[in-house]
Amino acid sequence: MAEQSIAGAVRVMAADGDRSARARLVILLLCLALALCVFLSLTSGASDASAVRVIHDRFTGAMPADAALAARDQLIVYDIRMPRVLLGALIGAALAVCGAVMQGLFRNPLADPGLIGVSAGSSLGAVAIIVLGATWLAPVTLAFGTLALPLAAFFGGLAVTLLLYAIATRQGRTSVATMLLAGIAISALAMALTGILIFMADDRQLRDLTFWQLGSLAGSTWPKIGTVGPVIVLALAAMPFLSRGLNALALGEATAGHLGIPVQRLKYTAIVAVSAAVGASVAVSGGIGFIGIVVPHVLRLAIGPDNRYLLPASALLGASLLLIADAVARTIVAPAELPIGIVTAVAGAPFFLWILLRKRGVIDL
Amino acid sequence: MRFVLSFRAALAPMLGVLLAATAPPAGANEGVAVFSDTSRIASIGGSITEIVYALGEEGRLVARDSTSNYPEAAVKLPDVGYMRALSPEGVLSVNPTGILALHGSGPKEAVDVLKKSSVPFIEVPDHYNHEGILEKIRIVGKALGVEAKAEKLAAETDAKLTAAERQTAAIKDRKHVLFVLSTQGGKILAAGSDTAADGIIKLAGAVNAVEGFSGYKGMTDEAIVSARPDVILTMKGGGPPISEEELFANPAVASTPAGTSRKMISMWGGYLLGFGPRTAEAIHDLAVSLYGNQVTD
Repeated sequence: MAEQSIAGAVRVMAADGDRSARARLVILLLCLALALCVFLSLTSGASDASAVRVIHDRFTGAMPADAALAARDQLIVYDIRMPRVLLGALIGAALAVCGAVMQGLFRNPLADPGLIGVSAGSSLGAVAIIVLGATWLAPVTLAFGTLALPLAAFFGGLAVTLLLYAIATRQGRTSVATMLLAGIAISALAMALTGILIFMADDRQLRDLTFWQLGSLAGSTWPKIGTVGPVIVLALAAMPFLSRGLNALALGEATAGHLGIPVQRLKYTAIVAVSAAVGASVAVSGGIGFIGIVVPHVLRLAIGPDNRYLLPASALLGASLLLIADAVARTIVAPAELPIGIVTAVAGAPFFLWILLRKRGVIDL
Repeated sequence: MRFVLSFRAALAPMLGVLLAATAPPAGANEGVAVFSDTSRIASIGGSITEIVYALGEEGRLVARDSTSNYPEAAVKLPDVGYMRALSPEGVLSVNPTGILALHGSGPKEAVDVLKKSSVPFIEVPDHYNHEGILEKIRIVGKALGVEAKAEKLAAETDAKLTAAERQTAAIKDRKHVLFVLSTQGGKILAAGSDTAADGIIKLAGAVNAVEGFSGYKGMTDEAIVSARPDVILTMKGGGPPISEEELFANPAVASTPAGTSRKMISMWGGYLLGFGPRTAEAIHDLAVSLYGNQVTD
């Protein structure tokens, strides 16, 4: 794992105690790790199609001996693996960065879009479109077509986030305990409403729902990237501009305000960006949990809490981890496919526990 | 803004790969009815696989889906997953020269990609009646280039089905059957019209107790009471089996004629709902379970 080499490098760097230099090194290593994961993900799959050969042939214009097989391999690499790698990287980055931003915003390392109900809100929006898209919500599906589902997921997530923020914030101070408890309640409510919709669904819709709830990148196609890709990219692009503000926010809202940070605007930007990215991710891939908490946390242990480094590092590591998880999902039960949510939980949970055990007593939240 | 640079650095390898990507040529293989090469066939859908075996063409099969678990030998083939959750690369990885897929295979994204490939993709319609089974046999036979064999099998199947249907022709008092797909969370999912369950109930000389909706839908207690089924029909082998105790513990079900006589029939899903070569036997078994010695041979 890349973490091993990072840990080694971190120990070397720790000698001169320069946190930002260490963070930059870690980010550089994570860039290499992501490049490696993109490569591994493109080159692995159920079939023996060689991505390297296909791309090489495309560049050099070489004509392979077996034209039919070459055409098949081209399709596998360009129409199956590539959109999946691209979307997987985007979604992994989005989930991890959103986790980090949420944690900075709420000044709580346990805040995560899944825990506080943003994902549940997004799911509710998406499920509403799946179940009611042909009846009550027909105007919506007619007006937005393929965009209806990501949009509904986005607004579902946004509604939950705004509600949560309104509940947990008093006189410009956000109560962490209230936020978590309110998040649990709102999550439960959104899940209950989703349950009602599931109760109304017929068998075809239920099949769509089941497939979607298990979490999978199987729906990654070029048209899908066209619809949700820009949303995630825009949201991710907004995140680096939040890092300075989030750093100041760690000192408390009043202090941040005195430092010249437009606190209210920062909060709204963060909320909209997170809802957009999580909503779009949930809309495509269903429920992939765990990345939003684990990735920023592991990185805080490695490079410290400075958001200027934490956010880009989270994006890189989140993307890498989801790509690896998806590569496993695509190959482990080949020629069938495993839902990715299972892979992230099975691999992520024990690793996270191991990190906690190793760092027990020195975890600096 | 050093970290922006690192974002860019991370994107560089991806972009490099993407710049090489342009749309590959789409395979013009839609609307084919015959595979030009029948040496390596992937069969998606239990009844399709059964028909291939019944035609004696199983030597051509290189993959099946998870609903294809009959005959026993089919289980040994590589499994490309559930027919509604196919992985396109998984299907292509067995290097099929043709894909035979029952209508309803999915998800749509996977099927779209498969249709784009140069591998011929033949979708076999699924109609839940006597004629539908013969149509399936003929389409599969034609696709594999064994039309004479298929015609023979269709004729045999036709005769068997006609005989099975005739067994209940003379029965005056038709039973009303409620097919229950699942009882998860206390919600009874029942089969309406346009379902395999509805088709097999009719072929066995009974009446579907449900009227007024198509597909499988949740039924309220009142709807169950007013449907007044004489028999509850369920299937085995598709997830957790429905227990008789649980079903008749439901007050609405218990109040129906089926509840008072505790009449529940459970049959294997693929056998009961497959609409393939074994359907004539399934009709006979269901008819005997429903009407006992009233069934004439």
